[in-house]
Amino acid sequence: MAAPAMKVADDRLATLPDPQGQGWLVDARRDALDRLRAVGLPGRRDEYWRYTDPRPFTAPEPRVDGRPDDDVDLDLGDAFLIEVGPHGIAWDTGAVPEGLEIDTLSRAGEIDIHWARDLYGTLEAAGSRPVSRPLGMLTTAAATDGVLLRAFGVVDRRVHVTYAPQADAVLHHVVRVEADAAVTIVETGNPGARHDTAWECDVADAGALHHVRIQGRTPGCHANTHVFARLGAGSILRSFTLSAGGDLTRNEATIDVTGDDASATIGGAAFGEGAFHHDDTVFVTHGALNGESRQVFKKVLRSGATGVFQGKILVKEGAQKTDGYQISQSLLLDDDAVFLAKPELEIYADDVACSHGSTTGAIDETALFYLRSRGVPHDQAVTLLVLSFLAEAVDEIEDEALRAAVTDLMAEWLRG
Amino acid sequence: MLSIRNLHVKLEDEDKQILKGVDLDVDAGKVHAIMGPNGSGKSTLSYVLSGRDGYEVTDGTATLEGADLLDMEPEERAAAGLFLAFQYPVEIPGVGNMTFLRTAVNAQRKARGQDELSAGDFLKVVRAKAKDLKIDADMLKRPVNVGFSGGEKKRNEILQMAMLEPRLCILDETDSGLDVDAMKLVAAGVNALRDEGRGFLVITHYQRLLDHIRPDVVHVMADGRIAKTGGPELALEVETNGYGDILAEVA
Repeated sequence: MAAPAMKVADDRLATLPDPQGQGWLVDARRDALDRLRAVGLPGRRDEYWRYTDPRPFTAPEPRVDGRPDDDVDLDLGDAFLIEVGPHGIAWDTGAVPEGLEIDTLSRAGEIDIHWARDLYGTLEAAGSRPVSRPLGMLTTAAATDGVLLRAFGVVDRRVHVTYAPQADAVLHHVVRVEADAAVTIVETGNPGARHDTAWECDVADAGALHHVRIQGRTPGCHANTHVFARLGAGSILRSFTLSAGGDLTRNEATIDVTGDDASATIGGAAFGEGAFHHDDTVFVTHGALNGESRQVFKKVLRSGATGVFQGKILVKEGAQKTDGYQISQSLLLDDDAVFLAKPELEIYADDVACSHGSTTGAIDETALFYLRSRGVPHDQAVTLLVLSFLAEAVDEIEDEALRAAVTDLMAEWLRG
Repeated sequence: MLSIRNLHVKLEDEDKQILKGVDLDVDAGKVHAIMGPNGSGKSTLSYVLSGRDGYEVTDGTATLEGADLLDMEPEERAAAGLFLAFQYPVEIPGVGNMTFLRTAVNAQRKARGQDELSAGDFLKVVRAKAKDLKIDADMLKRPVNVGFSGGEKKRNEILQMAMLEPRLCILDETDSGLDVDAMKLVAAGVNALRDEGRGFLVITHYQRLLDHIRPDVVHVMADGRIAKTGGPELALEVETNGYGDILAEVA
């Protein structure tokens, strides 16, 4: 049964160099490569790849040419900039915000003692149980670089991670938010025409991590991303992604709520047409008391575009008073667009509140008429209604100024 | 200004004739009221004039200052000066009321070949007009009609009307769901817009709205036609005797 998948796996796996040298990073890479070889790269028959063809990610060479050219004009005020490029990662070392420590994977990997050592690959490995995340393993095994961020206080400047795009990128970022610390990370653009990018995020007790990701608009882009997060007691994670282009995007989030009273929100707004295929796959595990999680995803699809949502809430035995919420909605602007949703709840505790919902609909004709009757031309009225539809997902961004900036950007992109 | 001749309309999806030969003229500077029992075709008339989908005109014409309304898209009718105040204003989450108003005003200006209003100019005008209708800054900021009370929604309709400065205003059962105070406020907003260059078509079940928006002409509609036309006294007659007597007398 696994034979075709293994063959594909061998192909891209064969192109991966064996990790060389000594040190903790090499050990972690070898471990991930062993795990990856054991499960193989994903194939169409894997349960969570039925709706999305993994081959563009598992082929030895990218199936897209060139490099993405993304102009993400997001008004972020005086955000602290970290630029990730093919030849390294750069930031203003003299102006690092208070409470923040920045490093790179390529540098830290050569140091014996580093905070990232205890973390790198561990949340990814944990996130592969019970469902394998082979492309996540691939980032651990083969990332050429990654940003290492440690927040040890409340970082009052937003951290803006941006990319100088490559043809084929594999990156693995690590974030550690210490107890009572907080940081907001804004990620814009795509690191490669094809890329496999993971964020491993450890949020300690009462820590807060806000992640807002704006994926670029370059049409010919194959993006696979992961967020692997572990939440300590009383901690908060908010991750929101806006996607408005790319032929193929798979965004996975694997969230492990391990501490009591923690709260996780994963949200996304996506719109596209034609070859646009957009997949959100989310797995939230509640293993502690009074946990709260929200999955809020909205997609607007037109002329052949496909949207996929696979969202799971797993409540372990003893994780009482868990409040899990999940909604995925699509707005189909014509008859050629498709939305596939697979919501799953698996609950082993008896005192929890979990709900999920999924809807697929067309533009509300009454609202469209209302706008047009005020003189708003048809296409502009549709744009307003699309914005209206997506707003509920964008509302999950807590930072008000950031939410406004994302809304403005989205409006501008929709106006084309 | 508005001229309707022999208008016949059926539902697009079923073989049901709703309007069966409406003749109506509304002159600039005048307020015409249309009253009539449920199902007489009042609301259909307002929708057909403003261009809502789902209706098929089988015969007749409707023109606004000579321009063929029935041939235009809804947004073109709006730009030509037609405005419909909805019986049930639509909620649009995620779109700020102010954004909506400005989009509408500028779209119409653009369609008429006028310059768009700057953000500053727009703000000045909208604030002044909102104040008259007791619409506060919060209501302007909130998403269109979301969480608005019935009265707030209707005041918001009148604010849109005031901002868009249409030539012909159609009010579709604007009094429904309003208490007396809210109705007075709405009526005051409408009366402030009365102008010799502007016509009104006020659709209502009840006389009470007409105590506050005094009509020049009153029509009674029944079974898809204008059954009777008269002065303000006709509305009082409806109030006193009901539609039955009047319609019996016409028949």
